[in-house]
Amino acid sequence: MIKIYNDGKRITAALVGDIDHHAAREMREQLDDVIARSRPELLILDLAGVGFMDSSGIGLILGRSRAVRAVGGELLVKNADYEIAEVIRISGLGHLIAAQPNTL
Amino acid sequence: MKKVLINECKAVFPALSRNESISRSIAAAFLLQCDPTVEETAAVKTAVSEAVTNAIVHGYRNSKGYVEMLMKLFDNNTVYIRIKDKGAGIADVKAAMEPMFTTAPADEERSGLGFTVMENFMDKVRVRSVLGEGTTVTLEKKIGGKPLDKR
Ligand SMILES: Nc1ncnc2c1ncn2[C@@H]1O[C@H](COP(=O)(O)OP(=O)(O)O)[C@@H](O)[C@H]1O
Ligand SMILES: [Mg+2]
Repeated sequence: MIKIYNDGKRITAALVGDIDHHAAREMREQLDDVIARSRPELLILDLAGVGFMDSSGIGLILGRSRAVRAVGGELLVKNADYEIAEVIRISGLGHLIAAQPNTL
Repeated sequence: MKKVLINECKAVFPALSRNESISRSIAAAFLLQCDPTVEETAAVKTAVSEAVTNAIVHGYRNSKGYVEMLMKLFDNNTVYIRIKDKGAGIADVKAAMEPMFTTAPADEERSGLGFTVMENFMDKVRVRSVLGEGTTVTLEKKIGGKPLDKR
């Protein structure tokens, strides 16, 4: 499930639930829809509500990062649990984790 | 010293993506008996999810069948989880285990990092595969420091 908070050119998408191969497809469709409609300068994926993520989530994040870049924007991830952040770092996407999440 | 088998459990389920979450919940439930930390549970769930997803997505890409998950707990607090499919098999296991290697079409957004994640989160990952016959992935991890009889 995804909740979208739209603040002009900045969009926060709060993902809720496990992110695995089964769940990623629907999240991808919803996020691509938002990106195409709003062309955000910054898309923030808030993972506070995500209790589990495997490498299918990496495909999801990387794909959306490319989609946002294609419309001239940037993607950041915030509030990832320790293990989820670990999966992101192992995958070489550590730079997408927001350094100062509280200011976003 | 020879390790002694304490408990085992086997789950067999059809290769449906909805079984990805069910399989890792079963693994987490099996793990509970050795008093794992939150980190250990997350690590095992993630590795199981990777291996089961691979069986479903790659193994049974062009066929239907079942995935078998066999879990074993030994008295040295080591957990073995064997995930087996009778699907397509892997042509070159060494190449398949390289980071970012994937045979899935780009629109599926597989990252090619499943084996990398398994190897990072488990102590040992073994892969046996025969093209046209199927793939067996064995995951191994020692849980906690305390021996079972001290818990
Ligand atoms: N059970 C399996 N059956 C057939 N091929 C597999 C299996 N597991 C892995 N593979 C092969 O190994 C490759 C790498 O797997 P993995 O590291 O999990 O990346 P991904 O799943 O993102 O492609 C897959 O793309 C596939 O070609
Ligand atoms: Mg995989």
